[in-house]
Amino acid sequence: MKKRVVITGLGVVAPNAVGIADFQAAIMEGKSGIKYYQELKELNFSCCIGGIPTVTDEMKLRYLSPLHLRNFSSNGIMYGCMSGVDAWRDAGLAFSEGEPLWDSGCIFGTGVSSVQKMADASTLIDQGKIRRLGSNTASQTMASGVSAYLNNIIGFGNQVTTNSSACTTGTESILMGYDRIVAGHAERVLVGSSSDDGKYIWGAFDAMKVMSYKHNDNPENGSRPMSGTASGFVPGSGGGAMVIESLESALARGANIYAEIMGGKVNSGGQRGGGTMTAPNPIAIQKCISGAIENANISKDDIDVINGHLTATIKDPEEVDNWAKVLGRKGADFPYIHSLKSMVGHCIGAAGSIESVAAVLGLYHDFVFPSINSGDLHPEIEKLVHRDRIPQTVIQNANTKVVAKASFGFGDVNCCIIYKKYETPMTKF
Amino acid sequence: MNNQELIDKLKKIVKPYIQNEEAYDNLNEETKFIEDLKINSANLVDVILDVEDEFDIEIGDDEMEQMMDVKSSMDIITKKISK
Repeated sequence: MKKRVVITGLGVVAPNAVGIADFQAAIMEGKSGIKYYQELKELNFSCCIGGIPTVTDEMKLRYLSPLHLRNFSSNGIMYGCMSGVDAWRDAGLAFSEGEPLWDSGCIFGTGVSSVQKMADASTLIDQGKIRRLGSNTASQTMASGVSAYLNNIIGFGNQVTTNSSACTTGTESILMGYDRIVAGHAERVLVGSSSDDGKYIWGAFDAMKVMSYKHNDNPENGSRPMSGTASGFVPGSGGGAMVIESLESALARGANIYAEIMGGKVNSGGQRGGGTMTAPNPIAIQKCISGAIENANISKDDIDVINGHLTATIKDPEEVDNWAKVLGRKGADFPYIHSLKSMVGHCIGAAGSIESVAAVLGLYHDFVFPSINSGDLHPEIEKLVHRDRIPQTVIQNANTKVVAKASFGFGDVNCCIIYKKYETPMTKF
Repeated sequence: MNNQELIDKLKKIVKPYIQNEEAYDNLNEETKFIEDLKINSANLVDVILDVEDEFDIEIGDDEMEQMMDVKSSMDIITKKISK
């Protein structure tokens, strides 16, 4: 029997709330974190709305030292450190005070490291002022910056790395940590991902015309996954993190267990068979979902909730169709399906981890968060899923046991993880 | 600027980088940046940049290599600002 892996710590920095307790309250309430940003308007962005977590200087100093924060302009690394350190503390774990933590590792992803710092550095380099870059340009711009900063704070002794697979990054980091523990290479891994915010990272997507430009006047209604009036995604940012560890390790420490990771699957559509740089090969998505179900050793009918990728682009109906095909379920028999992006936007590299934190909180506290702004359901989706299965307000005492979380990314890459409510052998019946 | 004023200014500049409070409290002309104050060697370039900003001077690579303690830093700064 394969090693069981459980989640013992959570941390989150999201556009609609910072910290686990506030985040739980926000997602139960259906609170949007999307706001209008005048700076984007002045820079000729079509989409002038987005999701940026509210973080004060005082909050930063609870995680990073004044020295860390000197000439520091990487919000992505900061969100990663905040969520990662919160998850570590939430798991009841301490920072190393000497010896590295040999059995603990860190796999913390990002889509791109600090674009603001790269822009600052480019300006100085072009002015011939190389020495003015100081000592921390490399550490903030290297792809592994976020895991390196977390290592500086916590002191890991196992693998410390950063994965990157566009919008799949966050979900993939969790599965990579899971695989490492199952293989016996680590007892516990801090997993998660984070993403920068603002003009430099969002500009590229605005240029591709994949972001919504129709809701600059009503930002909170802008992110509309599964809606018939969805007109593109709304960019977000932030960080999500989990401490995952072997069940033996968690039980031996007497740690609180949020949920169990049953298994998952990562794959690619090869940018063939309908897949492109920016669009997924549907067969690959179906194989990813069915492979995750198989790896988790559950049945299709066990899935109670789908925590979708669902970005609010024209691809949403296709995603729902892929789920329906794999599960062989439709109408009122379809699992609950929702998208956290309706509240926080598409947090790009951080999306999969923030959304996974939401999935796990739902299992642990027994609720299904609403998928806001989907009242005017897309007609193609309504053919597949009964309206009641797409919650408009929170469903409490939902008695849901299994959540399937999927993320799909540019490059035609996919990842699906199966989370299950943790049950001790004694309460199983 | 007398020596004490210069030491006080330097003391303020290195503060964010030091990792030995005791040596910092007793900072004097003989204090070494890495050995005594336990400043991370990578941060020495930041100390130099902060010195440049504070005194409005430019410090070359050769001079930078010599600035490993308070005394040698004071000598170089004094020479530069008196020019």
